[in-house]
Amino acid sequence: MRRGWIAVLLAPLLMAQSKPVLVPDVSQRDIEIQYSFTGANLLLFGAILYPGGRLPDDDKPTDIVVVVKGPVQSILVREKQKLGGLIWVNASRLRYRSAPSFYAIASSKPIARMLDARTRAIYELGLSSLQLSPASSAPTQEQDRFARGLVELKARTGLYVEAPQAVEITQGVLYRARVTIPARVPVGRFTAETFLIRDGRVLAVATREIDIRKSGFERFVARSADRHSVAYGLVAVALSVLFGWGAGVIARRF
Amino acid sequence: MDIYLPIANLSVNALVIVLLGGGVGLLSGMFGVGGGFLTTPLLIVYGIPPTVAAASAASQVTGASVSGVFAHVRRKGVDFKMGGVLVAGGLVGSVFGGWVFRLLQASGQIDTVIAIVYVVLLGSIGSMMAKEALGAIRAARLGLAPTARKRRHHPLVASLPLRTRFYRSGLYISPLAPLLLGFGVGILTILLGVGGGFILVPAMLYLLGMTTQVVVGTSLFQTLFVTAMATMVHATTTKAVDIVLAALLLLGSVAGAQIGARFAAKVKPEYLRLALAVIVLLVAGRIALGLGWRPDELYSVELS
Repeated sequence: MRRGWIAVLLAPLLMAQSKPVLVPDVSQRDIEIQYSFTGANLLLFGAILYPGGRLPDDDKPTDIVVVVKGPVQSILVREKQKLGGLIWVNASRLRYRSAPSFYAIASSKPIARMLDARTRAIYELGLSSLQLSPASSAPTQEQDRFARGLVELKARTGLYVEAPQAVEITQGVLYRARVTIPARVPVGRFTAETFLIRDGRVLAVATREIDIRKSGFERFVARSADRHSVAYGLVAVALSVLFGWGAGVIARRF
Repeated sequence: MDIYLPIANLSVNALVIVLLGGGVGLLSGMFGVGGGFLTTPLLIVYGIPPTVAAASAASQVTGASVSGVFAHVRRKGVDFKMGGVLVAGGLVGSVFGGWVFRLLQASGQIDTVIAIVYVVLLGSIGSMMAKEALGAIRAARLGLAPTARKRRHHPLVASLPLRTRFYRSGLYISPLAPLLLGFGVGILTILLGVGGGFILVPAMLYLLGMTTQVVVGTSLFQTLFVTAMATMVHATTTKAVDIVLAALLLLGSVAGAQIGARFAAKVKPEYLRLALAVIVLLVAGRIALGLGWRPDELYSVELS
Protein backbone atom coordinates (compact mmCIF):
# COMPACT_ATOMS: atom_id res chain seq x y z
CA MET A 1 0.00 0.00 0.00
CA ARG A 2 2.63 2.55 1.08
CA ARG A 3 4.93 1.66 -1.80
CA GLY A 4 2.04 2.25 -4.17
CA TRP A 5 1.59 5.79 -2.83
CA ILE A 6 5.25 6.56 -3.30
CA ALA A 7 5.12 5.33 -6.86
CA VAL A 8 2.13 7.61 -7.57
CA LEU A 9 3.86 10.63 -6.01
CA LEU A 10 7.05 10.04 -7.91
CA ALA A 11 5.34 9.34 -11.22
CA PRO A 12 5.40 12.90 -12.63
CA LEU A 13 9.08 13.27 -11.74
CA LEU A 14 9.99 9.98 -13.32
CA MET A 15 7.99 10.81 -16.41
CA ALA A 16 9.65 14.20 -16.70
CA GLN A 17 12.97 12.46 -16.44
CA SER A 18 12.17 10.24 -19.36
CA LYS A 19 11.61 13.18 -21.72
CA PRO A 20 14.39 15.09 -23.46
CA VAL A 21 14.95 18.79 -22.69
CA LEU A 22 15.80 21.64 -25.05
CA VAL A 23 18.47 24.25 -24.32
CA PRO A 24 17.96 26.96 -26.94
CA ASP A 25 19.67 30.27 -27.61
CA VAL A 26 19.65 33.03 -30.23
CA SER A 27 22.54 35.00 -31.67
CA GLN A 28 20.93 38.35 -30.84
CA ARG A 29 18.58 39.10 -27.94
CA ASP A 30 18.25 42.77 -28.95
CA ILE A 31 18.02 44.04 -32.48
CA GLU A 32 18.42 47.77 -32.89
CA ILE A 33 17.08 49.49 -35.97
CA GLN A 34 19.44 52.18 -37.16
CA TYR A 35 19.78 54.31 -40.28
CA SER A 36 21.39 51.53 -42.31
CA PHE A 37 19.08 48.74 -41.10
CA THR A 38 18.16 46.42 -43.95
CA GLY A 39 17.09 43.46 -41.85
CA ALA A 40 18.75 41.06 -39.45
CA ASN A 41 20.09 37.56 -39.73
CA LEU A 42 19.21 35.53 -36.65
CA LEU A 43 21.01 32.33 -35.78
CA LEU A 44 18.93 30.08 -33.57
CA PHE A 45 20.83 27.22 -32.06
CA GLY A 46 20.88 24.90 -29.06
CA ALA A 47 21.21 21.41 -27.71
CA ILE A 48 18.86 18.50 -27.06
CA LEU A 49 19.49 16.95 -23.62
CA TYR A 50 18.35 13.33 -23.38
CA PRO A 51 17.69 11.75 -19.99
CA GLY A 52 20.84 10.03 -18.87
CA GLY A 53 22.73 11.50 -21.79
CA ARG A 54 21.78 8.54 -23.98
CA LEU A 55 20.44 9.04 -27.45
CA PRO A 56 17.36 6.93 -28.10
CA ASP A 57 18.47 3.77 -29.85
CA ASP A 58 15.40 3.16 -32.00
CA ASP A 59 15.46 4.37 -35.60
CA LYS A 60 12.64 6.94 -35.28
CA PRO A 61 13.93 10.34 -36.42
CA THR A 62 14.11 13.35 -34.09
CA ASP A 63 13.03 16.67 -35.62
CA ILE A 64 13.41 20.28 -34.61
CA VAL A 65 11.08 23.13 -35.56
CA VAL A 66 11.95 26.75 -34.86
CA VAL A 67 9.26 29.46 -35.00
CA VAL A 68 10.00 33.17 -34.79
CA LYS A 69 6.90 35.31 -34.22
CA GLY A 70 6.48 39.08 -34.21
CA PRO A 71 4.03 40.98 -32.00
CA VAL A 72 0.38 40.37 -32.93
CA GLN A 73 -1.52 43.15 -34.64
CA SER A 74 -5.14 43.93 -35.16
CA ILE A 75 -5.44 44.28 -38.91
CA LEU A 76 -8.00 44.96 -41.60
CA VAL A 77 -7.68 43.00 -44.84
CA ARG A 78 -9.39 44.38 -47.92
CA GLU A 79 -10.14 42.50 -51.10
CA LYS A 80 -10.32 44.14 -54.52
CA GLN A 81 -13.06 43.20 -56.95
CA LYS A 82 -13.83 44.44 -60.42
CA LEU A 83 -16.61 47.00 -60.31
CA GLY A 84 -18.93 47.16 -63.30
CA GLY A 85 -16.35 45.40 -65.47
CA LEU A 86 -14.33 48.61 -65.43
CA ILE A 87 -12.12 49.33 -62.44
CA TRP A 88 -10.75 47.41 -59.49
CA VAL A 89 -11.88 48.70 -56.11
CA ASN A 90 -11.73 47.48 -52.52
CA ALA A 91 -15.03 45.67 -52.24
CA SER A 92 -15.04 43.54 -49.09
CA ARG A 93 -13.05 43.41 -45.90
CA LEU A 94 -12.32 41.24 -42.91
CA ARG A 95 -10.84 42.21 -39.57
CA TYR A 96 -8.36 40.05 -37.71
CA ARG A 97 -7.90 40.69 -34.01
CA SER A 98 -4.51 39.08 -33.59
CA ALA A 99 -2.50 38.24 -36.67
CA PRO A 100 1.24 37.90 -36.14
CA SER A 101 3.11 40.77 -37.78
CA PHE A 102 5.94 38.38 -38.58
CA TYR A 103 6.02 34.60 -38.69
CA ALA A 104 8.94 32.44 -39.77
CA ILE A 105 9.03 28.69 -39.38
CA ALA A 106 12.15 26.65 -40.00
CA SER A 107 12.18 22.89 -39.66
CA SER A 108 14.45 19.93 -40.26
CA LYS A 109 11.92 18.48 -42.72
CA PRO A 110 8.51 19.57 -44.04
CA ILE A 111 6.16 19.93 -41.05
CA ALA A 112 3.31 18.13 -42.78
CA ARG A 113 5.53 15.03 -42.75
CA MET A 114 6.18 15.10 -38.99
CA LEU A 115 2.85 16.15 -37.43
CA ASP A 116 -0.81 15.64 -38.21
CA ALA A 117 -3.07 18.62 -38.96
CA ARG A 118 -4.61 18.71 -35.47
CA THR A 119 -1.28 18.93 -33.67
CA ARG A 120 -0.07 21.53 -36.18
CA ALA A 121 -3.14 23.63 -35.42
CA ILE A 122 -2.67 23.31 -31.64
CA TYR A 123 0.90 24.58 -31.76
CA GLU A 124 0.30 26.92 -34.76
CA LEU A 125 2.99 25.25 -36.83
CA GLY A 126 3.05 26.20 -40.49
CA LEU A 127 1.48 28.99 -42.52
CA SER A 128 -1.68 26.96 -43.11
CA SER A 129 -2.19 26.42 -39.37
CA LEU A 130 -2.01 30.01 -38.14
CA GLN A 131 -4.71 31.09 -35.68
CA LEU A 132 -5.61 34.46 -37.16
CA SER A 133 -8.82 34.94 -35.12
CA PRO A 134 -11.02 36.69 -37.68
CA ALA A 135 -13.61 39.03 -36.13
CA SER A 136 -16.37 38.16 -38.54
CA SER A 137 -19.43 36.03 -39.05
CA ALA A 138 -18.75 35.58 -42.76
CA PRO A 139 -19.15 32.09 -44.23
CA THR A 140 -16.18 29.76 -43.74
CA GLN A 141 -15.52 29.77 -47.47
CA GLU A 142 -15.02 33.53 -47.52
CA GLN A 143 -12.91 33.45 -44.35
CA ASP A 144 -10.64 30.82 -45.90
CA ARG A 145 -10.25 32.92 -49.05
CA PHE A 146 -9.24 35.96 -46.99
CA ALA A 147 -6.84 33.94 -44.85
CA ARG A 148 -5.18 32.53 -47.98
CA GLY A 149 -4.94 36.02 -49.49
CA LEU A 150 -3.43 37.46 -46.32
CA VAL A 151 -0.87 34.67 -45.95
CA GLU A 152 0.15 34.89 -49.62
CA LEU A 153 0.51 38.67 -49.44
CA LYS A 154 2.62 38.48 -46.29
CA ALA A 155 4.71 35.67 -47.79
CA ARG A 156 5.48 37.75 -50.88
CA THR A 157 6.71 40.66 -48.76
CA GLY A 158 8.91 38.29 -46.73
CA LEU A 159 6.93 38.72 -43.52
CA TYR A 160 5.61 35.14 -43.44
CA VAL A 161 8.28 32.57 -44.18
CA GLU A 162 8.19 28.79 -44.30
CA ALA A 163 11.60 27.16 -44.61
CA PRO A 164 11.50 23.35 -44.50
CA GLN A 165 14.94 21.75 -44.19
CA ALA A 166 16.44 24.97 -42.81
CA VAL A 167 17.23 23.37 -39.45
CA GLU A 168 20.45 21.43 -39.32
CA ILE A 169 20.85 18.74 -36.63
CA THR A 170 24.37 17.63 -35.79
CA GLN A 171 24.88 14.16 -34.32
CA GLY A 172 21.35 14.14 -32.96
CA VAL A 173 22.08 16.65 -30.17
CA LEU A 174 23.01 20.04 -31.61
CA TYR A 175 20.77 22.05 -33.90
CA ARG A 176 21.04 25.35 -35.72
CA ALA A 177 18.80 27.41 -38.02
CA ARG A 178 19.05 30.75 -39.73
CA VAL A 179 16.08 33.12 -39.93
CA THR A 180 16.16 36.41 -41.79
CA ILE A 181 14.14 39.26 -40.34
CA PRO A 182 13.33 41.84 -43.05
CA ALA A 183 13.49 45.61 -42.53
CA ARG A 184 9.71 45.93 -42.80
CA VAL A 185 8.94 44.33 -39.43
CA PRO A 186 7.29 46.40 -36.74
CA VAL A 187 9.17 47.01 -33.51
CA GLY A 188 8.31 45.09 -30.38
CA ARG A 189 8.86 41.80 -28.59
CA PHE A 190 9.50 38.79 -30.80
CA THR A 191 9.51 35.21 -29.58
CA ALA A 192 11.63 32.34 -30.82
CA GLU A 193 10.08 28.98 -29.97
CA THR A 194 11.83 25.69 -30.47
CA PHE A 195 9.89 22.40 -30.69
CA LEU A 196 11.34 18.93 -30.36
CA ILE A 197 9.28 16.45 -32.34
CA ARG A 198 9.50 12.69 -32.35
CA ASP A 199 7.13 10.08 -33.63
CA GLY A 200 4.39 12.59 -34.45
CA ARG A 201 4.40 14.14 -30.96
CA VAL A 202 5.79 17.36 -29.54
CA LEU A 203 8.13 16.26 -26.75
CA ALA A 204 9.62 19.57 -25.62
CA VAL A 205 9.11 23.28 -26.17
CA ALA A 206 11.44 26.13 -25.20
CA THR A 207 11.06 29.86 -25.77
CA ARG A 208 13.46 32.78 -26.01
CA GLU A 209 12.55 36.43 -26.45
CA ILE A 210 14.04 38.93 -28.85
CA ASP A 211 13.49 42.68 -28.60
CA ILE A 212 13.45 44.71 -31.79
CA ARG A 213 13.47 48.46 -31.36
CA LYS A 214 14.45 51.62 -33.12
CA SER A 215 17.52 53.26 -31.67
CA GLY A 216 19.29 56.58 -31.83
CA PHE A 217 18.06 58.97 -34.51
CA GLU A 218 15.34 56.66 -35.87
CA ARG A 219 13.83 56.23 -32.43
CA PHE A 220 14.00 59.98 -31.85
CA VAL A 221 12.24 60.73 -35.16
CA ALA A 222 9.51 58.12 -34.68
CA ARG A 223 8.88 59.28 -31.12
CA SER A 224 8.78 62.98 -32.03
CA ALA A 225 6.38 62.34 -34.90
CA ASP A 226 4.06 60.56 -32.50
CA ARG A 227 4.29 62.65 -29.34
CA HIS A 228 5.24 66.14 -30.53
CA SER A 229 3.50 66.16 -33.89
CA VAL A 230 3.13 69.95 -34.12
CA ALA A 231 6.82 70.59 -33.51
CA TYR A 232 7.69 67.73 -35.86
CA GLY A 233 5.53 69.25 -38.62
CA LEU A 234 7.10 72.68 -38.08
CA VAL A 235 10.59 71.19 -38.37
CA ALA A 236 9.59 69.41 -41.62
CA VAL A 237 8.26 72.69 -43.06
CA ALA A 238 11.32 74.65 -41.90
CA LEU A 239 13.57 72.02 -43.46
CA SER A 240 11.89 72.28 -46.85
CA VAL A 241 11.93 76.11 -46.81
CA LEU A 242 15.60 76.06 -45.85
CA PHE A 243 16.47 73.58 -48.62
CA GLY A 244 14.61 75.55 -51.29
CA TRP A 245 15.97 78.90 -50.17
CA GLY A 246 19.53 77.56 -49.84
CA ALA A 247 19.48 76.07 -53.33
CA GLY A 248 18.28 79.39 -54.74
CA VAL A 249 21.08 81.31 -52.99
CA ILE A 250 23.75 78.85 -54.15
CA ALA A 251 22.42 78.83 -57.73
CA ARG A 252 22.56 82.64 -57.96
CA ARG A 253 26.29 82.59 -57.05
CA PHE A 254 27.21 80.54 -60.12
CA MET B 1 23.28 52.96 -50.22
CA ASP B 2 20.40 51.78 -48.06
CA ILE B 3 18.70 54.06 -45.58
CA TYR B 4 15.97 53.21 -43.11
CA LEU B 5 12.89 55.43 -43.16
CA PRO B 6 11.70 55.73 -39.55
CA ILE B 7 8.03 56.54 -40.33
CA ALA B 8 7.52 54.44 -43.45
CA ASN B 9 9.18 51.55 -41.52
CA LEU B 10 11.21 50.21 -44.40
CA SER B 11 14.62 50.70 -45.93
CA VAL B 12 15.11 52.30 -49.34
CA ASN B 13 18.02 53.02 -51.61
CA ALA B 14 18.84 56.66 -50.79
CA LEU B 15 20.35 57.24 -54.24
CA VAL B 16 17.13 56.19 -56.00
CA ILE B 17 15.07 58.61 -53.91
CA VAL B 18 17.51 61.50 -54.48
CA LEU B 19 17.52 60.81 -58.23
CA LEU B 20 13.72 60.57 -58.24
CA GLY B 21 13.58 63.95 -56.52
CA GLY B 22 16.15 65.27 -58.98
CA GLY B 23 14.17 64.15 -62.01
CA VAL B 24 10.96 65.69 -60.70
CA GLY B 25 12.89 68.84 -59.72
CA LEU B 26 14.30 69.09 -63.22
CA LEU B 27 10.78 69.03 -64.66
CA SER B 28 9.45 71.44 -62.07
CA GLY B 29 12.26 73.92 -62.80
CA MET B 30 11.68 73.56 -66.53
CA PHE B 31 7.91 73.88 -66.50
CA GLY B 32 7.31 75.92 -63.38
CA VAL B 33 5.13 73.29 -61.70
CA GLY B 34 5.68 71.82 -58.25
CA GLY B 35 5.96 68.27 -59.55
CA GLY B 36 3.92 66.73 -56.75
CA PHE B 37 1.72 65.05 -59.36
CA LEU B 38 4.75 62.95 -60.35
CA THR B 39 6.39 62.40 -56.94
CA THR B 40 3.44 60.74 -55.20
CA PRO B 41 2.72 58.07 -57.88
CA LEU B 42 6.44 57.36 -58.36
CA LEU B 43 6.97 56.86 -54.62
CA ILE B 44 3.99 54.49 -54.49
CA VAL B 45 5.40 52.51 -57.42
CA TYR B 46 8.70 52.28 -55.50
CA GLY B 47 6.87 50.66 -52.57
CA ILE B 48 6.32 53.53 -50.12
CA PRO B 49 2.88 53.29 -48.43
CA PRO B 50 0.47 55.69 -50.25
CA THR B 51 -0.29 57.77 -47.14
CA VAL B 52 3.40 58.33 -46.36
CA ALA B 53 4.05 59.16 -50.02
CA ALA B 54 1.32 61.82 -50.21
CA ALA B 55 2.27 63.29 -46.83
CA SER B 56 5.99 63.54 -47.60
CA ALA B 57 5.63 64.71 -51.21
CA ALA B 58 3.91 67.89 -49.98
CA SER B 59 7.10 69.08 -48.26
CA GLN B 60 9.05 68.53 -51.49
CA VAL B 61 6.67 70.91 -53.26
CA THR B 62 7.18 73.48 -50.48
CA GLY B 63 10.92 73.33 -51.09
CA ALA B 64 10.50 73.59 -54.85
CA SER B 65 8.26 76.66 -54.59
CA VAL B 66 10.37 78.66 -52.09
CA SER B 67 13.10 79.84 -54.45
CA GLY B 68 10.48 80.55 -57.13
CA VAL B 69 8.49 82.77 -54.76
CA PHE B 70 11.62 84.76 -53.83
CA ALA B 71 12.50 85.28 -57.49
CA HIS B 72 8.97 86.45 -58.34
CA VAL B 73 8.78 88.78 -55.32
CA ARG B 74 11.95 90.52 -56.50
CA ARG B 75 10.34 90.94 -59.94
CA LYS B 76 7.11 92.25 -58.34
CA GLY B 77 5.35 89.22 -59.81
CA VAL B 78 3.24 88.43 -56.73
CA ASP B 79 -0.17 89.95 -55.96
CA PHE B 80 -0.09 89.68 -52.19
CA LYS B 81 -3.73 90.61 -51.72
CA MET B 82 -4.90 87.97 -54.20
CA GLY B 83 -2.34 85.53 -52.78
CA GLY B 84 -3.58 86.18 -49.25
CA VAL B 85 -7.19 85.43 -50.22
CA LEU B 86 -6.13 82.24 -52.04
CA VAL B 87 -4.05 81.13 -49.04
CA ALA B 88 -6.96 81.77 -46.66
CA GLY B 89 -9.18 79.58 -48.83
CA GLY B 90 -6.39 77.03 -49.16
CA LEU B 91 -5.84 76.74 -45.41
CA VAL B 92 -9.52 76.05 -44.77
CA GLY B 93 -9.52 73.65 -47.73
CA SER B 94 -6.54 71.71 -46.43
CA VAL B 95 -8.13 71.22 -43.01
CA PHE B 96 -11.36 70.10 -44.71
CA GLY B 97 -9.28 67.90 -47.02
CA GLY B 98 -7.68 66.26 -43.99
CA TRP B 99 -11.14 65.30 -42.76
CA VAL B 100 -12.12 63.92 -46.18
CA PHE B 101 -8.82 61.99 -46.29
CA ARG B 102 -9.56 60.27 -42.97
CA LEU B 103 -13.11 59.50 -44.06
CA LEU B 104 -11.95 57.89 -47.31
CA GLN B 105 -9.17 56.06 -45.49
CA ALA B 106 -11.68 54.54 -43.08
CA SER B 107 -13.89 53.36 -45.94
CA GLY B 108 -10.90 51.85 -47.77
CA GLN B 109 -11.48 53.80 -50.99
CA ILE B 110 -8.70 56.38 -50.63
CA ASP B 111 -6.42 54.80 -53.26
CA THR B 112 -9.20 54.47 -55.83
CA VAL B 113 -10.40 58.04 -55.24
CA ILE B 114 -6.85 59.41 -55.54
CA ALA B 115 -6.36 57.50 -58.81
CA ILE B 116 -9.68 58.63 -60.31
CA VAL B 117 -9.11 62.28 -59.35
CA TYR B 118 -5.65 62.07 -60.92
CA VAL B 119 -6.97 60.60 -64.17
CA VAL B 120 -9.75 63.17 -64.51
CA LEU B 121 -7.62 66.20 -63.61
CA LEU B 122 -4.45 65.27 -65.46
CA GLY B 123 -6.34 63.95 -68.46
CA SER B 124 -8.43 67.09 -68.98
CA ILE B 125 -5.67 69.58 -68.19
CA GLY B 126 -3.12 67.65 -70.25
CA SER B 127 -5.32 67.59 -73.34
CA MET B 128 -6.20 71.30 -72.92
CA MET B 129 -2.52 72.17 -72.68
CA ALA B 130 -1.57 69.98 -75.64
CA LYS B 131 -4.26 71.58 -77.81
CA GLU B 132 -3.20 75.09 -76.83
CA ALA B 133 0.53 74.37 -77.33
CA LEU B 134 -0.02 72.75 -80.73
CA GLY B 135 -2.04 75.76 -81.83
CA ALA B 136 0.71 78.12 -80.71
CA ILE B 137 3.38 76.08 -82.53
CA ARG B 138 1.32 76.04 -85.75
CA ALA B 139 0.78 79.79 -85.50
CA ALA B 140 4.51 80.36 -85.01
CA ARG B 141 5.31 78.13 -88.04
CA LEU B 142 2.92 80.09 -90.26
CA GLY B 143 4.47 83.32 -89.04
CA LEU B 144 1.24 84.60 -87.52
CA ALA B 145 1.39 86.94 -84.60
CA PRO B 146 -0.17 85.19 -81.59
CA THR B 147 -3.72 86.44 -81.25
CA ALA B 148 -3.94 88.14 -77.91
CA ARG B 149 -6.81 86.58 -76.03
CA LYS B 150 -9.11 89.16 -74.57
CA ARG B 151 -8.67 89.13 -70.82
CA ARG B 152 -11.91 88.84 -68.92
CA HIS B 153 -13.26 86.83 -66.05
CA HIS B 154 -15.95 84.23 -66.19
CA PRO B 155 -19.54 85.62 -66.00
CA LEU B 156 -20.21 83.61 -62.83
CA VAL B 157 -17.30 85.37 -61.12
CA ALA B 158 -18.74 88.75 -62.09
CA SER B 159 -22.06 87.91 -60.46
CA LEU B 160 -20.58 87.41 -56.96
CA PRO B 161 -21.12 90.19 -54.40
CA LEU B 162 -18.65 92.25 -52.30
CA ARG B 163 -16.39 93.37 -55.11
CA THR B 164 -12.98 94.68 -54.27
CA ARG B 165 -9.97 95.88 -56.23
CA PHE B 166 -6.89 93.69 -56.80
CA TYR B 167 -4.46 96.26 -58.22
CA ARG B 168 -1.60 94.04 -59.33
CA SER B 169 -3.90 91.49 -60.91
CA GLY B 170 -5.76 94.28 -62.64
CA LEU B 171 -9.12 93.04 -61.34
CA TYR B 172 -12.22 94.35 -59.64
CA ILE B 173 -13.99 91.18 -58.50
CA SER B 174 -15.49 89.56 -55.44
CA PRO B 175 -12.89 87.93 -53.12
CA LEU B 176 -15.25 84.95 -52.83
CA ALA B 177 -14.10 83.63 -56.22
CA PRO B 178 -10.39 83.25 -55.33
CA LEU B 179 -11.43 82.07 -51.85
CA LEU B 180 -13.40 79.17 -53.32
CA LEU B 181 -10.63 78.44 -55.81
CA GLY B 182 -8.08 78.32 -52.98
CA PHE B 183 -10.41 76.07 -50.99
CA GLY B 184 -10.68 73.55 -53.83
CA VAL B 185 -6.95 73.50 -54.46
CA GLY B 186 -6.34 73.10 -50.71
CA ILE B 187 -8.41 69.90 -50.69
CA LEU B 188 -6.47 68.54 -53.66
CA THR B 189 -3.17 69.39 -51.96
CA ILE B 190 -4.05 67.18 -49.01
CA LEU B 191 -5.57 64.36 -51.02
CA LEU B 192 -2.98 64.11 -53.77
CA GLY B 193 0.14 65.63 -52.21
CA VAL B 194 0.30 68.09 -55.11
CA GLY B 195 0.85 71.84 -55.03
CA GLY B 196 -2.06 72.41 -57.36
CA GLY B 197 -0.23 74.87 -59.61
CA PHE B 198 -1.34 72.93 -62.66
CA ILE B 199 -4.98 73.72 -61.80
CA LEU B 200 -4.47 77.10 -60.19
CA VAL B 201 -2.60 78.69 -63.12
CA PRO B 202 -5.24 77.91 -65.79
CA ALA B 203 -8.02 78.85 -63.37
CA MET B 204 -6.41 82.21 -62.58
CA LEU B 205 -5.95 82.93 -66.29
CA TYR B 206 -9.28 81.76 -67.67
CA LEU B 207 -11.71 81.94 -64.73
CA LEU B 208 -10.47 85.01 -62.86
CA GLY B 209 -8.81 86.67 -65.85
CA MET B 210 -5.69 87.83 -63.98
CA THR B 211 -2.80 89.68 -65.63
CA THR B 212 -0.33 87.09 -66.94
CA GLN B 213 2.65 88.73 -65.23
CA VAL B 214 1.47 87.93 -61.70
CA VAL B 215 -0.16 84.53 -62.33
CA VAL B 216 2.84 82.23 -61.82
CA GLY B 217 4.27 84.18 -58.86
CA THR B 218 0.92 84.33 -57.05
CA SER B 219 0.25 80.66 -57.72
CA LEU B 220 3.64 79.75 -56.25
CA PHE B 221 2.92 81.98 -53.25
CA GLN B 222 -0.30 80.06 -52.60
CA THR B 223 1.45 76.72 -53.17
CA LEU B 224 4.16 77.58 -50.63
CA PHE B 225 1.72 78.25 -47.80
CA VAL B 226 -0.82 75.58 -48.59
CA THR B 227 1.75 72.77 -48.97
CA ALA B 228 3.34 73.89 -45.69
CA MET B 229 -0.12 73.68 -44.12
CA ALA B 230 -0.65 70.28 -45.76
CA THR B 231 2.53 69.04 -44.12
CA MET B 232 1.24 70.30 -40.77
CA VAL B 233 -2.18 68.68 -41.25
CA HIS B 234 -0.57 65.35 -42.16
CA ALA B 235 1.93 65.61 -39.29
CA THR B 236 -0.85 66.09 -36.76
CA THR B 237 -3.57 63.80 -38.16
CA THR B 238 -2.18 60.92 -40.23
CA LYS B 239 1.32 61.22 -38.64
CA ALA B 240 2.70 59.97 -41.93
CA VAL B 241 5.28 62.65 -42.73
CA ASP B 242 8.63 60.90 -43.04
CA ILE B 243 11.22 63.59 -42.50
CA VAL B 244 14.07 61.41 -43.79
CA LEU B 245 12.19 60.66 -47.00
CA ALA B 246 11.31 64.37 -47.39
CA ALA B 247 14.94 65.41 -46.89
CA LEU B 248 16.16 62.94 -49.53
CA LEU B 249 13.52 64.15 -52.01
CA LEU B 250 14.33 67.80 -51.29
CA LEU B 251 18.03 67.24 -51.78
CA GLY B 252 17.42 65.98 -55.30
CA SER B 253 14.56 68.24 -56.26
CA VAL B 254 16.02 71.64 -55.29
CA ALA B 255 19.20 70.85 -57.23
CA GLY B 256 17.19 69.54 -60.19
CA ALA B 257 14.92 72.59 -60.16
CA GLN B 258 17.86 74.98 -60.59
CA ILE B 259 19.25 73.00 -63.51
CA GLY B 260 15.78 72.77 -65.06
CA ALA B 261 15.20 76.53 -64.75
CA ARG B 262 18.42 77.24 -66.68
CA PHE B 263 17.51 74.76 -69.37
CA ALA B 264 14.02 76.26 -69.71
CA ALA B 265 15.47 79.69 -70.60
CA LYS B 266 16.94 78.19 -73.79
CA VAL B 267 13.84 76.45 -75.15
CA LYS B 268 10.77 77.99 -76.82
CA PRO B 269 7.92 78.12 -74.29
CA GLU B 270 5.32 76.49 -76.57
CA TYR B 271 7.54 73.42 -77.02
CA LEU B 272 7.98 73.26 -73.24
CA ARG B 273 4.21 73.39 -72.76
CA LEU B 274 3.73 70.62 -75.32
CA ALA B 275 6.35 68.44 -73.58
CA LEU B 276 4.65 69.02 -70.20
CA ALA B 277 1.28 68.15 -71.73
CA VAL B 278 2.70 64.88 -73.05
CA ILE B 279 4.16 63.97 -69.64
CA VAL B 280 0.90 64.83 -67.89
CA LEU B 281 -1.10 62.71 -70.36
CA LEU B 282 1.32 59.79 -69.99
CA VAL B 283 0.97 59.85 -66.20
CA ALA B 284 -2.83 60.03 -66.51
CA GLY B 285 -2.82 57.12 -68.98
CA ARG B 286 -0.64 54.98 -66.73
CA ILE B 287 -2.88 55.55 -63.72
CA ALA B 288 -6.01 54.86 -65.78
CA LEU B 289 -4.53 51.54 -66.95
CA GLY B 290 -3.65 50.71 -63.35
CA LEU B 291 -7.32 51.10 -62.38
CA GLY B 292 -8.54 48.76 -65.09
CA TRP B 293 -5.82 46.11 -65.04
CA ARG B 294 -6.12 43.21 -62.67
CA PRO B 295 -3.83 44.29 -59.80
CA ASP B 296 -0.88 42.12 -58.72
CA GLU B 297 -2.20 42.15 -55.18
CA LEU B 298 -5.92 41.66 -54.74
CA TYR B 299 -5.54 41.95 -50.99
CA SER B 300 -4.21 44.80 -48.91
CA VAL B 301 -3.54 45.00 -45.20
CA GLU B 302 -3.81 47.94 -42.88
CA LEU B 303 -3.46 48.25 -39.13
CA SER B 304 -6.66 48.86 -37.27
